[in-house]
Amino acid sequence: MRVLIWLLVCLITALPATAQTTPDRSASGGAQTLADIMARQNGETLDDSIRRDNTGDPIGAAAVPQLGTRGGVSDPEFWRALRYGTADVRVSAGGEVATVLVQDGGIRWLNFRAGPLRQYGGWLLLGTLALLAVFYLLRGKIRIEGEMTGRTVTRFKAVERFGHWLLAGSFILLGITGLITLFGRVLIAPYLGREVNAALLEAGKWVHNNVAWAFIAGLVIIFVMWVAHNLPSRTDLAWISQAGGIIGSKHPPAKKFNAGQKVIFWSVVLFGSSIAVTGVSLLFPYELPLFAGSFALINDIGLPGLLGWGELSTDLTPQEEMQLAQLWHAILGFVLMAIILAHIYIGSIGMEGAYDAMGSGKVDEAWAKQHHSLWLEEIQLDPDAVSFENPTKREN
Amino acid sequence: MKSMLTGLVAIVVIALGANLLLKQAGFASHEQFSGSSVRLNVVK
Repeated sequence: MRVLIWLLVCLITALPATAQTTPDRSASGGAQTLADIMARQNGETLDDSIRRDNTGDPIGAAAVPQLGTRGGVSDPEFWRALRYGTADVRVSAGGEVATVLVQDGGIRWLNFRAGPLRQYGGWLLLGTLALLAVFYLLRGKIRIEGEMTGRTVTRFKAVERFGHWLLAGSFILLGITGLITLFGRVLIAPYLGREVNAALLEAGKWVHNNVAWAFIAGLVIIFVMWVAHNLPSRTDLAWISQAGGIIGSKHPPAKKFNAGQKVIFWSVVLFGSSIAVTGVSLLFPYELPLFAGSFALINDIGLPGLLGWGELSTDLTPQEEMQLAQLWHAILGFVLMAIILAHIYIGSIGMEGAYDAMGSGKVDEAWAKQHHSLWLEEIQLDPDAVSFENPTKREN
Repeated sequence: MKSMLTGLVAIVVIALGANLLLKQAGFASHEQFSGSSVRLNVVK
C-alpha cells in the first residue's frame, strides 16, 4: 500500500520535486526568457509565478477612462489565465468541467499510462507467472499425505461457492477487458490490425462497464459471508512462521481460512473496493470526484510531511480527478491480478484437492486435516457435516 | 459445478440488466455534458 501511495504521490509531485532555478530575467523585463523555455523543454521545473500570476489587472483598468482594453487583460494575459485555470470562463452547458479549456495534467496522465503503467504493470503480471512456474518446477504439486479417507466434509456451501464464482468470473472478465483497453494499441493493433483492436475495445468496454456491477455484488456477498472467518487470530502467527506448509513438509493448524487465505481475502476486499469505487467514479464521469478530498485527508493526517514530501495538491480540476481515478484503478487492478494469479495457481494445479472446495464444495477429510485441522475439528462436532457419499478420488 | 455455472449466468444477467437500466437512465457522456446547441454525431 505504501508503494502505491508513493507511486501516486511521485506522479503528482514529480515536477515540483525537482530543483528550482531562478534565471536572470532582467533582459526580458521580467518576462520568461529563452532559458526558461529551454529549461522547461528539458523537463526542469521552474518557478512559473511570473506567468501564472501575470494575468492582467482588471481592477486597475477600471479607473482608466479609455483604452482600457478588455478590462485590463491583454491577449497573452487572457491566455495565461486560461492556461492556469484562473480565467473567468462561463459556459452554457457542461458545468464546471467545460470551464477548463487548457490543462496540462492530461499529457502527464497520457505519458504515465502509455509508459510506466504499461511497462511495470505488464512486468508485474509476467513476473508473477514466471515466479509461479519456477515455484511449480521446484516444489511441484502439494500432495495429500497418506491415504484418502473416502469421507468428505462440506467445505463451502452452495451460496458461498456462488458468491466466489460471481466474483471470480467477473474479475477475470474485467481483468482481460482492462488489459485489452490498456495494451490493445501496442499488442493487438500492430499484429491483428486496427479493426480487430477496435472491435475488441468496443466489446471490451461494454463488458467492462456492465460486468463491473456483478463484481461489486460478488464483493459484497463474500465480504458478508466470510469477514468473521478472516479476522486475524493467534493461529495465523504459527501458520506464517511455518510458511503455511507450502515450503517444506510441515502442515500448521488452521481454521476455516489460514493466514495466506486471509491475506487474499483482505486484498480482494480492500483493493477490490478501491477499484470498484474508482470504477464507479469513471463510469459516471465528473460526478464522483475522489482524490482532492482524499488528499486533503492524507494532508491532515500529516503523512506527506512524515515522508518528507510536500503537501498533496487538493486543487484538482475535474479532468485531473478522472486521470487520477483511472491510474489508481489500473495500478490496483494490476496488483490484484498478480495476487489472484497466485490464488488461482494454489487453488488449481498447485495443491491437490484444493479445487474440490470450490468445485463440488466437499473435500476429503484427509485434505481438511492436512490444511485446516482446527476447522475440521469444529466441523466434526456436527454429524451432518461429514458425508460418506461421493468420496473424493485422489488425482494422479 | 452447479454453483459455478449459476455464478456465471448471474454475471450475464447482471451485466445485461445494468446495461438496460443505465441506458434508460440516460447515463452517457454526450447526454450529461452537452447542451442542445452542441451538435454531436450520435446515431440513436
